[in-house]
Order: sequence, then C-alpha cells, then structure tokens
Amino acid sequence: MSKKNPEYDFKWCPGCGDFGVRRSIESAMINRLEETGLPMENNVVVAGIGCSGNLVHLLEGAQPYGFHGIHGRTLPVAMGVKMARPELNVLVVAGDGDFLSIGGEHIAPQAARNLNICAVIMDNGVYGLTKGQSSPTTKLGEITSSTPYGKMEAEADPLELYLTMGVSFIAAGFSGKPRELTQLITQGMNHEGFAMVHVQSPCTTYNDTFEMLKGNPKKGIEPLIWDVPEDHDKSDKMAAYALLQRRGLPLGVIYEDADRPSLDARMEEMRGRARQRTMQETLDSYEL
Amino acid sequence: MEMKDFVVRFAGEGGQGVVTSAEGMAQAATQVGYHALTYATFPSQILGGPTWTQARISDSPILSPGDDVDVLVAFNREAYDNHVDEVREKGVIIYNSNDFELEGDPRSFGLPIEELAKSTGNTRAANMVVIGALAHLVNMPQTYLDEFVQKRFSRGRPGDEEIIRSNIQAMGLGRSHTAESGLSVGDLAPPRMPDYKQIMIKGNDALSLGARAAGVEFYVGYPISPATTILLWMEHNLIGEGKFAYQVSSEIESITGILGAGFAGKKAMTATAGPGFSLMSEGLGLAWMAEIPLVVVDVQRGGPATGLPTKTEQSDLLACMYPAHGDVKMPIIAVGTVEEAFYGAIKAFNWAERYQGPVILMTEMSLAERVQNIPKPDLSQIEVEERQVYQGKNGYHRYHGSEVSPMPLPGSPGAYVANGSEHDEMGDTTHLASRHIQMTERRFGKLKLLEEDEFEADNTQESIALMTWGGSKGSALEAYNQLRQRDVPVAWYYTMFLNPLPPRLLEELRKKELVIVPELNYQGQFSGILRSQGVKAESITQYTGLPFKVRDLVQKITEMTKTRRKETVGA
Ligand SMILES: Cc1ncc(C[n+]2csc(CCOP(=O)(O)OP(=O)(O)O)c2C)c(N)n1
Ligand code: SF4
Ligand SMILES: [Mg+2]
Repeated sequence: MSKKNPEYDFKWCPGCGDFGVRRSIESAMINRLEETGLPMENNVVVAGIGCSGNLVHLLEGAQPYGFHGIHGRTLPVAMGVKMARPELNVLVVAGDGDFLSIGGEHIAPQAARNLNICAVIMDNGVYGLTKGQSSPTTKLGEITSSTPYGKMEAEADPLELYLTMGVSFIAAGFSGKPRELTQLITQGMNHEGFAMVHVQSPCTTYNDTFEMLKGNPKKGIEPLIWDVPEDHDKSDKMAAYALLQRRGLPLGVIYEDADRPSLDARMEEMRGRARQRTMQETLDSYEL
Repeated sequence: MEMKDFVVRFAGEGGQGVVTSAEGMAQAATQVGYHALTYATFPSQILGGPTWTQARISDSPILSPGDDVDVLVAFNREAYDNHVDEVREKGVIIYNSNDFELEGDPRSFGLPIEELAKSTGNTRAANMVVIGALAHLVNMPQTYLDEFVQKRFSRGRPGDEEIIRSNIQAMGLGRSHTAESGLSVGDLAPPRMPDYKQIMIKGNDALSLGARAAGVEFYVGYPISPATTILLWMEHNLIGEGKFAYQVSSEIESITGILGAGFAGKKAMTATAGPGFSLMSEGLGLAWMAEIPLVVVDVQRGGPATGLPTKTEQSDLLACMYPAHGDVKMPIIAVGTVEEAFYGAIKAFNWAERYQGPVILMTEMSLAERVQNIPKPDLSQIEVEERQVYQGKNGYHRYHGSEVSPMPLPGSPGAYVANGSEHDEMGDTTHLASRHIQMTERRFGKLKLLEEDEFEADNTQESIALMTWGGSKGSALEAYNQLRQRDVPVAWYYTMFLNPLPPRLLEELRKKELVIVPELNYQGQFSGILRSQGVKAESITQYTGLPFKVRDLVQKITEMTKTRRKETVGA
C-alpha cells in the first residue's frame, strides 16, 4: 500500500521485528531500481501467510506487484512467476512456520532447480498470526500455547538445512540490523540462482528474543549473534558447515555458489538444443 | 453377410505388442478409408501381466468401442480364458499357436504368428501377419492393404523396398493361413474414403494439441495415470521463446506454479487425475478468489483415494465443480469425444481468459487413451480469446466494480496484490461485510460471461429426454440412434458445458417430464446437479470401471420410458 488504507486493519505489534525487515526490503528494491533503471513494477513479492506475509501490504512508497496466496506455497508460486517471466525480479517473504513447516516440501526441489529468486524468511521461532504456537525453530522444551509441557521435538537448524539441500546462496540476517540486512537482500537478489536470506525477526508478543540475540551486558547476557569473519571462504561448503557449528548465530553470507546455472539459464540452453515446431507443423504430424 | 463394422480385441501380456496391434490395425484401416476407434486398458504392472486393446473398424464414423468382440486375438492361454466370453456367438478366435494350443473350440484356429513373421525374414512383421488374418476374416480386399504398406513404408530410405516386400508377404501368409481354417465373420462393407483431411490421434494428444492451438504457454505437472501423457506431450511440444513445460514435485506445486504463471500473464495449464486433483483444492480456491486465469485438466479414473488408476469412471464431477472450501463453483467443460478434447481445450482457455479465473476441463481414462480418426482441424477457423490487459498508469484498482476488469501484468504499471484473502479493490485484505458481499457477487457474476448458446438437441418435441455427459456420449448416442430406429419416444440433448449450462438448454430440460442421465458413478452426480437446477433428472449409473455398453443403455432407457408412460397414463 502506498498510502494508509483505512479498510486494511492489520497491524504489526509495536516493536515487531518485521518492521525492520520491511525497511530493508524497501531499501533493497529502491537500490535495485536505481542500479538497473527498471521500474518498481518489475519486482514481484510473493508472500506467505502469517504476520510476516502481511509485509506485502505494508510496503510504503512505490509499489511492486504482490501475490498473497495460501499458507506454505510461496516457492512454487514464485517458480511460476519466474519461469513464466524470467525478466522479473521475484522475492519471497514468509515466516518460519509457512516456509519450514507446511511449506518445507518445496525447499529442496527449488534448491535442486536453482530457481532464480530471493527468499527472505522472517524467523521468530513461533506462529505469530495464530497466536503463539510452536514452530519448527521453537527450541526443544520451550513452553508455547501449543506445547503446554514443553516442545517435544528438536528445533530445526534452517541454515544447515539449506546448505544440505543445496541452496546456492545462503545468508543470515537480523531485523535489528536493517542496513546490513539490506546488503544481504541486495546480494541475494543479484545472485543468479536460489538465494535464501534467513532473518532473525523477533516476535515481541509471543517470543521476544531481542535481548537474547543482541545480548545485555548489564544483565550479563552474552549476545547470540556474531558477524561472519571477513576471511570466511563462502565458496567452501565445508567451511560453511564449520561456521554453523559454532555457538550462536552468524550474520552475513554463509555460502555462495556463483557458478551453478539457474533453472532459467538451463531452460535457455535446452531450447537451443530442442526441436521446435510450429502449431501447424505439430498438427500436420498427425495427418493420416 | 455385409457388415458395417467389426470389433477386434487383442489380448495378451504387456510387452507382447498387444497395444501396438490395435493401433496398427486402426492405422491400416483408416489409411484405406475406414474409420477406426481403439479402446485400451492397462495392466497395473509395468512389464508382463494381462492386458488388452481393442479396435473397432467401420465404414462410417464410430461412436463407441463396440459391445461385442467379433474377433479375439489371444496371444496366450490366459488371454483366451479371460476374454472368450465376450466374443459374440458367430465370432472367431485367433490364437497364437507359437505360444499355446487350443482344442475343442470350433470358433478358433491357431496362427503361428512369430514363425510366419520370421519366415519373411522380418521378425517385426508379426503385426502384419495378424492384419492379414483379420483382413481375410472380414473379406477385406488385399489391394487396400498392399496400398497401405506401400504408403506407410515408402520413406525414401534404402531398406524401404525390402520392408515393403516382407510386410506384404507377411500379410499374405496371415491370409492364406486363415483361409485354411475355413472361418469367417462376414463381409465388411467397402471403405468410403472421406472427402476431407483427417488426423489420427489419441484423446490426450488431441486435448494437448487443442491447448496448444489456444496458445498455452506454461505447463507444469506431476506424473499420474491417465494424465501423464499430457505432461509428456507438453515437454516435447511446448518449447520456445516464452514457453515452459516442466515436471514439478507434486500437484500442489502444479497448481501453485500455474497460479504464479497465470498471474504473470501466461496462459497456464496443468493436468492430473483424482488424487492429484484433490491436492489442488486449496490452490483452485485461490485462483477463484484472486481471479487468476488458468486451466486444470482432470483425466478421471476410478476413485476415491488411489482408486482404480487404470479404469474409467465419471465420479469426479462434484469434486470438480466444488473443489474448494468456501463459496466457489468452478466452470466445467467435460469432453465426450476425441474431437471434443481438441475443441474443448480451446474453449477452456477462452473461458479462463474471458472471466479471469480457473476452468476445469474434464476428460476420462477411456477417452485419454482412445485413438481415433477425426477431421483435421482448420487452424484458420479457430477463435482464440486473449486476456484483457490493463494498459494505464500506476494507482489502478484491479478488483474494481462488479464485472471483469482488465488485468495488470507484472513488469508494467498497475501494480496490485493478487490476494487470496478477501480483499478490497486494490487487493488489500479486508473484513468488511459490504466488501465480502461485493466481491462474492463479483466472482459469481462473472460466470454469466461463460453462458454459451450452442448445444446438441434432437427430436425435442418428446417429453422424455436423454442427456448424458463426458465420455459416455458415444455409447449414449449410439443407443439413442437405435432407440429412434425402434420409435422409442425420446429426445436427445448434449453439451460439454456443464457449468454454466447453456441457459436455453436448461430451460428446455426443465420442461421435460424426465431427463435420463447415463453416467459412470454410484451417486448419479450429474442428475443430482440437474435436479438442484429444477430438472426432473434420473441417472442410469454404472461403476464397473468400464464404459457403458450400448445394449445395456438401450434396454434401460426403453424400460424407463415405458414405466414413465404408464405412470403418466395411470395419473
Ligand atoms: C492451510 C492452512 N493451515 C493453517 C493456517 C493457519 N495459519 C495462518 S498463519 C499460520 C502460521 C504462521 O506462522 P509463521 O509462518 O511463522 O508466520 P508469523 O505469523 O510467525 O510471521 C498458520 C498455521 C492457514 N492459513 N492455512
Ligand atoms: S504477533 Fe509477533 S510476529 Fe505478529 S505482529 Fe505481533 S510481534 Fe509481530
Ligand atoms: Mg513465525
């Protein structure tokens, strides 16, 4: 929405991490517009269902196209848009529940295809919109509205999952650091292939992890987040694995394979080899 | 005795050339001017296992696969045992004496198929041995078939002459061997070569070709019998600038993939069968809600759940009409013949663009695999409808008003959010009652654009009517023709537009005392729909996994018309 729309009554709670993610996405899209000269309408934002997915309605200023569909299906919709119109810049925005739980089945196939899109995941370790149930990234043992005696399954490690599934660009960000996050999203959008930008975006209402992530010296809380060291070789998968074994949460680009062709590039290449026939020729081939 | 047509069934094991025999016979017959229609079932196993196919050959266009078998070609003993009961009394059984010996059936004779083929020096001529045998049984002049072989194998290749020689020899051997048996099924009427161009095509290929003629640009699908051949067709034929055909990893990906493509401006399609269709429920509701043009093909098989993957049934109608939660009612085109598969696919795309939403194109197993000669479509006569595209500036309200409005395309001004939540005119989520009322009425109102004027009607003054749907059309029409010959008072109606029904048709049906609906399901799904629209409809149901036999329909319809007349007289 470019201006306030009185009919649209959804609001993020004060302090919600998604505000910062929205800013970063807006900036990254504006930067892209300035760099490429392409209009804002060249961007398509495919949104999941959740507090996070509402981002597509809350973008301010020049408006991209949006697709706000059904829970968990951002990736195949994005594939439809991208493979129909490879010249468009396609961005996915979704929550940890949408993307990793109900939509989890779609990640590995797109990684294998190297679909040329950028997915920004707002991980708050909880189902925000449905009021606080456990999500795949909720910690083991955590008490939530749906786990009254503590969560009984181990938490997912999304970054390691992406790496194992063969995602060709993996970055980790934090909504509390929007400038850095803008950079990561820009890099993800420029990557020719499947780019994941996994963002810690705390839910101030149901799972406020701001303090835990940033730390609080007064209370003696060590920050969980740390920057990926400059000398990290992001083209080295084993180095990426090693990085993820360290305590806490790295921020920055974890892994990048810049050489693997994307699905649209492979499609172009296939077309060059394939036999193409006109409609009339195809019809004629059935003649008696 | 002159016969207008005959039915030959090839039964054996998968891999024994059973399928290719029926198609080969159909090819040969149509080349010389006959009409042909094949009917196939598949074994559930990949290799081996019992399977059979059938070809009906006639001097005039064919409606149904045929009730009885005139000639059975049994490739093994099991095939003989399983099919002998379907051979009509005066029929003939050819058994492959290279595989087994049969005694005590006076209608049968042994044909050493492989051995005879081998003796020509061309083991691949086994088909021709059988065709020669069949030609003798129906007294088809050899010259026709020699011509066919000449035409078929004159491909300008060095080996052509030898192949032609061995094939003609093989047919000759089949003939002479059959002559010794002294058996015959009659004299097939001479062919009357149609004076128009023809194509020979399988139902699913005709549907795919129609989609291509309508301008399909984007196809994704997931393998499932009997829809897989559409995916394969697209992957072979939908290649080029701006086109995309691809196998995805589930039917959820199929439907959401074409949602993305339809939104992005493409004519997009997927095809599936029951289980995959069920997975598409939520996505279809989204297409309806967000007003995204797309076509979903349901090639019906026996259901529910995994059901009967290789059998035919018409039991998905309710699921296709109401596939999703909430207030939805999908436009439905159900094709009834191979030719309709081509034109129905074009219509489905036209509808999708015209009203900007999902269209369900229904077909079924028995049509999907049917190979038939049909008039060659003239592409210059085909009307293709294109999307109304928004061409103004930014700040557009995509869901404005109560009628179809031009659709903006990503990349151009007019950015909006295609929204699966209830939305206002700009596509933002809303909960206002007034808005939900407006948008619900807008979505249903658009169906009016799909009301067609044309339908089939015959003998309409009768108060009892016959109206089938989908792939039961052939058997029902053949039954109708027989009923008319016997002066049974019944009218004929037919349309492939099941939702919305052509309004004039509905009006006529409502005036009837009884509308008889043959359909292949337990509940009588279509007659239920008709009753809900004020038509006194009653079904003839069958749920065997097989198509209707014409004879059964003739008998049941005759009974129903008699009872009805008695009731009215008594009242
Ligand atoms: C098929 C389906 N199942 C369940 C829901 C209900 N639902 C809406 S959002 C949501 C979870 C949201 O969690 P997440 O993706 O983490 O987003 P957040 O709200 O935390 O940003 C669920 C379960 C739905 N809309 N559709
Ligand atoms: S519930 Fe949590 S995630 Fe949702 S808006 Fe509020 S703070 Fe943000
Ligand atoms: Mg969440």
